[in-house]
Amino acid sequence: MFADYSGSELLSIFAMQGFAGLILFSVFVLMALGLAIIFGQMGVINMAHGEFMILGAYVTYLVSRAFEAWAPGLFGAYFFVAMILAFFVSGGLGMAVEWLLIRRLYKRPLDTLLATWGLSLILQQIYRMVFGAREVGVTIPEWMMGSLVLSDMIEVPINGLFVMALAVGISAGVYILMYRSRWGLQVRAVVANRTMADAVGINTERTDRMTFAIGCGVAGVAGAAFTMIGSTGPTAGQLYIVDTFLVVVFGGAGSLIGTIASAFSISQAQSILEFFLSGSMAKVLTLLAVVGILMVRPQGLFALKLRK
Amino acid sequence: MTRKTSLPPTKLSRRHFLATSAAAAAGATLFTPKGLRAQDFPTAAVNTTGLAVTDTEVTVGILHSVTGTMAISETGSVQAEKLAIEQINAQGGVLGRKIKFVQEDGASDWPTFAEKAKKLLVDDKVASVMGCWTSASRKAVLPVFEQYNGMLYYPTFYEGLEQSPNVIYTGQEATQQIIAGLDWVTQTKGAKTFYLLGSDYIWPRTSNKIARKHIEKLGLEVVGEEYYPLGHTQFNSVINKIKLKKPDVIYAIVVGGSNVAFYKQLKAAGIDMTKEKPLLLTISVTEDEIRGIGGENIEGAYACMKYFQSLKNPNNEAFVKAFKEMWGEDMVIGDVTQAAYLGPWLWKAAVEKAGSFDIDKIKEASPGIELTTAPEGYVKIHENHHLWSRTRVGRALADGQYEVVFETADLVEPNPFPEGYQ
Repeated sequence: MFADYSGSELLSIFAMQGFAGLILFSVFVLMALGLAIIFGQMGVINMAHGEFMILGAYVTYLVSRAFEAWAPGLFGAYFFVAMILAFFVSGGLGMAVEWLLIRRLYKRPLDTLLATWGLSLILQQIYRMVFGAREVGVTIPEWMMGSLVLSDMIEVPINGLFVMALAVGISAGVYILMYRSRWGLQVRAVVANRTMADAVGINTERTDRMTFAIGCGVAGVAGAAFTMIGSTGPTAGQLYIVDTFLVVVFGGAGSLIGTIASAFSISQAQSILEFFLSGSMAKVLTLLAVVGILMVRPQGLFALKLRK
Repeated sequence: MTRKTSLPPTKLSRRHFLATSAAAAAGATLFTPKGLRAQDFPTAAVNTTGLAVTDTEVTVGILHSVTGTMAISETGSVQAEKLAIEQINAQGGVLGRKIKFVQEDGASDWPTFAEKAKKLLVDDKVASVMGCWTSASRKAVLPVFEQYNGMLYYPTFYEGLEQSPNVIYTGQEATQQIIAGLDWVTQTKGAKTFYLLGSDYIWPRTSNKIARKHIEKLGLEVVGEEYYPLGHTQFNSVINKIKLKKPDVIYAIVVGGSNVAFYKQLKAAGIDMTKEKPLLLTISVTEDEIRGIGGENIEGAYACMKYFQSLKNPNNEAFVKAFKEMWGEDMVIGDVTQAAYLGPWLWKAAVEKAGSFDIDKIKEASPGIELTTAPEGYVKIHENHHLWSRTRVGRALADGQYEVVFETADLVEPNPFPEGYQ
């Protein structure tokens, strides 16, 4: 397939494809980080993860409309306000959900699957009632929609760079929170041994609530960022949920490094295969590879070492 | 905003009402028997099979998804059908009987569609059903309509390869939509190479098959053909491939949420569609989809279908105005919404031609029925239960509307089983 192209054309196309892979990687990391915190640290299978993301997207939509109406001069910067708000709104909803629903189910992890799935249906219908069944169009500031022209052939989409920067920033934030802060220490203590953590005076209930809220908040930020590349509708969250679980399970529950490594390998495999094969076939082969590896290593790429 | 399923109060102004009824009456004289009062048509004579027809009322069904993934697309169809029913009632109904409707929710789930279709036909005994959107839902209800002998008015443009006596297809089948568009792009834009792209299910695949056959017949070249799973949101790889292959035309049949992702990423990757290098031609993006995509992200793309909201003719102007009065100023009307609007009108015309609500008589009366009041212009039902209609090409503008740049001179014959294309 490359016979007709010159060396420089091939070089630039591979460079572009490399960027495409990195953008996909960043998208996967953003999708999966929130879930990795919730599923990995708390063992809660949050089927409503996609709906928390879409809540972030709807917050972005509302903020964009508000800026359009009241502060059109600052429109170029609304996105940052939207992301911060998205974090707090999704996080706040997460906190409420944990208090109302999840904390009653810690002893029955499989039931969380059904309960959160029900929650996702309820949220979808609420979005439909509030925002209408149709997708809403989120206007993205002009400066974020263009591309950087590096040469004739190489053009890097700015929103892709933005997603990459955001992925790096949020990963760093989560890392600091989990491994360099007192709260992270408590979370890890609760994960390692709930009873002992309780005994040494850690408020495990509050820790759980905060963990769930932060996981949901991160999902909200991801959702806000995805308004640049995807659709915002009541059921759009469903588009992301399968890939998200795939990344977290493949990476090994409980390991943030694992999540990042798995996002990297899945995204690279998929984007390279997509280039050489058709889109559907690429997906099939990627899934087959993941299934194969999980059969050999059921605990995922990186497993947390725990004394049981 | 979606509304409750009950009929909202009419706000038709008197002048508007007079204008539309006069226009409809003028069109209706072609096939309306003498007299429009119910007593001219005793119930026992016009309803011999026990349908839900009384001396004053006739019940029809509306069967679309108002919940689930497909609610995005099907909402417009429901709105158009309710508008048509309300307008028909304002003119005195069908054979002097007001239309009452029972609405069921297919919930984006194909077995639910079949179940609800059975309920409408068996329990409610509706005289006809306006409904379905995806081919999958139509295939699911087809055996029900054939077994219990009902009439379905199906609004979506679709892949063809079907012809049931119990269905009137008010949207275009694939060859009507595809061939005229490809001829246009080769003749006026001099396109030589094509990149076919689609979501991975029957409609895009069948349509691209027809497109490929036609392109090859014209002696031109398909340089790539690709399918992505429904709901796919990452198109950077295929965009790179397109950049590498440098086709003259990207022929895109991407649907649903993927659509939004595809056009946003295409723009972000520096492919400016207004430069037409490559030119983008789609058959799956109506004004409805552009609301989600954002007009600024698809400006300059071309779409090939039979109806655009911006069509300039008195029928369409009245339709757009009435639609916005009923459902809100910010509404947009896409191809399928207009096709759905035709359903109740075509059924009314068939009932009046047959002088009866009996399904068998409607089936027989349907071919040859003309509608001069259609927003898209004149349409006529073919022997094969599809519509003769014009095909148009529109260019997407930044405000989310299409500007019509081409229209076939004649009506295009529907050909659901095209020889040499399958």
